[in-house]
Amino acid sequence: MSIAVVVVVVILIFGAVGVYFLWPRRRDGLQLGVTKEPEVGMHASGTVVSSQTEDDKKVVEHRRGIDGSLPKSRSLLGAALARMRSRRALGEELWIELEEALILSDVGVEVSVELVEAVKDKVFREGITSTDAALGLLRAEMIKKLERQDRHLNIDVAPPAVILFVGVNGVGKTTSIGKLAALLSSQGKKVVVAAGDTFRAAAAEQLEMWAKRSGVEVVKGSSGADPASVVFDAISHATAVGADCVLADTAGRLQNRQNLMDELRKIRRVAEKASGTVSEVLLVLDATTGQNGLVQAQGFGEAAQVTGIVLTKLDGTAKGGVAFVVEEKLKIPIKFVGIGEGVEDMTFFDPVAFVNEITGDVS
Amino acid sequence: MFESLGGRLEDALSKIRGKARLSEADVEIALKEIRTALLEADVNLLVVRSITDRIREAAVGAMASRSLTPGQQVVKAVNDELTDVLGGATFRLGYASRPPTIVLMAGLQGSGKTTASAKLARYFKSQGRSPLLVGADLQRPAAVEQLRTLASQIQVPMFSEWSTPIEVAKGGVTEARRIGRDVVIIDTAGRLTVDADLMEEITALSKVVSPDYTFLVIDAMMGQDSVNTARAFNEALEVDAIILSKLDGDARGGAALSVKEVVGKPIAFASDGEKLDNFGLFHPDRMASRILGMGDVLTLIEQAERTIDEDVAERGAKKLMEGKFDLDDFLEQLRQVKKMGSLKGMLSMLPGVPKELRNVEVDEGELAKIEAMISSMTKNERSDPSIIDASRRARIARGSGTAAANVSALLKQFKDMQKMMRTMGIGPGSATKRRAKAKPPKKGRKNRR
Repeated sequence: MSIAVVVVVVILIFGAVGVYFLWPRRRDGLQLGVTKEPEVGMHASGTVVSSQTEDDKKVVEHRRGIDGSLPKSRSLLGAALARMRSRRALGEELWIELEEALILSDVGVEVSVELVEAVKDKVFREGITSTDAALGLLRAEMIKKLERQDRHLNIDVAPPAVILFVGVNGVGKTTSIGKLAALLSSQGKKVVVAAGDTFRAAAAEQLEMWAKRSGVEVVKGSSGADPASVVFDAISHATAVGADCVLADTAGRLQNRQNLMDELRKIRRVAEKASGTVSEVLLVLDATTGQNGLVQAQGFGEAAQVTGIVLTKLDGTAKGGVAFVVEEKLKIPIKFVGIGEGVEDMTFFDPVAFVNEITGDVS
Repeated sequence: MFESLGGRLEDALSKIRGKARLSEADVEIALKEIRTALLEADVNLLVVRSITDRIREAAVGAMASRSLTPGQQVVKAVNDELTDVLGGATFRLGYASRPPTIVLMAGLQGSGKTTASAKLARYFKSQGRSPLLVGADLQRPAAVEQLRTLASQIQVPMFSEWSTPIEVAKGGVTEARRIGRDVVIIDTAGRLTVDADLMEEITALSKVVSPDYTFLVIDAMMGQDSVNTARAFNEALEVDAIILSKLDGDARGGAALSVKEVVGKPIAFASDGEKLDNFGLFHPDRMASRILGMGDVLTLIEQAERTIDEDVAERGAKKLMEGKFDLDDFLEQLRQVKKMGSLKGMLSMLPGVPKELRNVEVDEGELAKIEAMISSMTKNERSDPSIIDASRRARIARGSGTAAANVSALLKQFKDMQKMMRTMGIGPGSATKRRAKAKPPKKGRKNRR
């Protein structure tokens, strides 16, 4: 099946391109940057076409509308909720507002609707009438969904425990390794970090500086070296020096790049063949990421069997609601959160604090 | 990356498209689905609200007009709206009359500023300019090293020193004057919009060097917060345009749409791959037509012109038309197409590709398999695959490390394709017939005139 598809696709693409190259006067006046004229014919039936000036005004107006209505508060939901609390009755407006506030925290349409429906149900069943109590229910509902997971970092295995860090570009893998290395060594663990990102320029140097800050050893290969072999060497080295943990960096990759995901599979396979135990594969997720975060978790989960999430950049205005979706749908627990650029700015994930950030501390 | 949004919208609209009578309820259902599709694509909620409001207005107008095809009019309203929101002319970059032209890069951590800086430098170089890269990100460990490495890869000089970001930026501009570079690109540290100190620092930096252009780098995968980020940077810096990074992912890119709508700044450049030449001007009209399923042939052809060997392409296409197309030619084509980028990405740019094929999962690994299989065939087998019997098939499978079933699948598909091309009028036929089939160039031709 797949081979058939590829054959068709290749011929299609090449056909299009090849025929273009064959086209006789193709260079006469071809300007690729030119903007197409709007198709006049489309307006012919024109009952809904409004005049240009009207359109312009409308655009300006609604822009101002957005500017004015977007709360500057750090918690979007918090602001919405504060507004809600001043109202006495529970009505459709509240539910809409709750749903939209969740969506603004990147919880996504589906899960937001589910959450609000659950709260609505309970409110009716239990005859709740106060807005505060309804908000408390939402908060409890979210915390409950996060409570079932085991979030401890699994390193109680035959040493060295190998922790692989995976994720798309720019989410903060290297930084997270630096912070986790500091955290673990402060607990008396002997840590070795592996500079498995051999693709990005100066990634190894970056990790080296982090290693220095947290006082751990780093094993690196040359730039462009096979990442799997760098990770393997690091594990062997860790075994030799009697280290407890190996934190292995990998290059950022987009989950739709098949060849790079294959490379990741190989890294995991090779790491498993080394002398330690691959006990964790942590997916690093950027809190500013939207609904693509779920796709990332699916892609990396499938390729590298992700065991936990590190949610980074939670100190910004983004709430990281997609991590909630990932945990809810894929049952991958959030284990750590990154909250700054300092070496200590990483903590274990606390569901209550996370939900409070999203709901703006209702209590 | 936008196609899945296009697909979702199409589904939402298909229910009302053909309707002769449109009730308010019909419109509301469609609007709700449009809202969900946009939100799932990470378009900011408030932007979604204003988009759907405007579509609703148009729909009400359509219902009142007693038109025979109100459904069609709503579809058109959606298309117009999206083209409007996303559309506009391609960004035009001018150069300072007294060089150097100063470009300041800003953005959140990990949005891709350093890579975008290097790619931008490469772009300027390809335009005949002589850029200088300035590494003013003294925050992130080894950020300056990263920029230095990238700079040497594209053979562009790079300036940095161990002082403060403002001093580095100033020094960079002076250095550019001294060594005669006419564009200065200043890479800065990633910063959160809530970090008042760092935001003040970049405002101060901007005042000192007074850049001709300030580009905000935005990650195409960004969620609802894109709007806050863009607005905060725009307040601190007067952003001129956006650079959209990681556009080669499978995010639906609502961030792009939202940012443009809210801060009203165009997307100037987009970065769509890890290689330093995966970068170029962003063409809003092309992106809009890609969302709306009209394909993006121009970008495809640009890509082809950059990477493909023209002679090989012409020879292959000729053979394709003459029906003399054999497996050898196919192998040649496959290698060319492979150079151009991901199959799925290219497929999404072709117009008129049926939805079933558009959404199909293309396993790029299969390319290597096919290549291996054809490479394991003898010359005779390649020019006349019909001589391949069971024992030859087993040999080919062994030689290429595949299964005999794979070889059969390839041969069958190839035969089918040949048959199909013959019935479609490619092959020995009249010139007019040939032209009628050549769908993509038809579009290209229109634009060429």
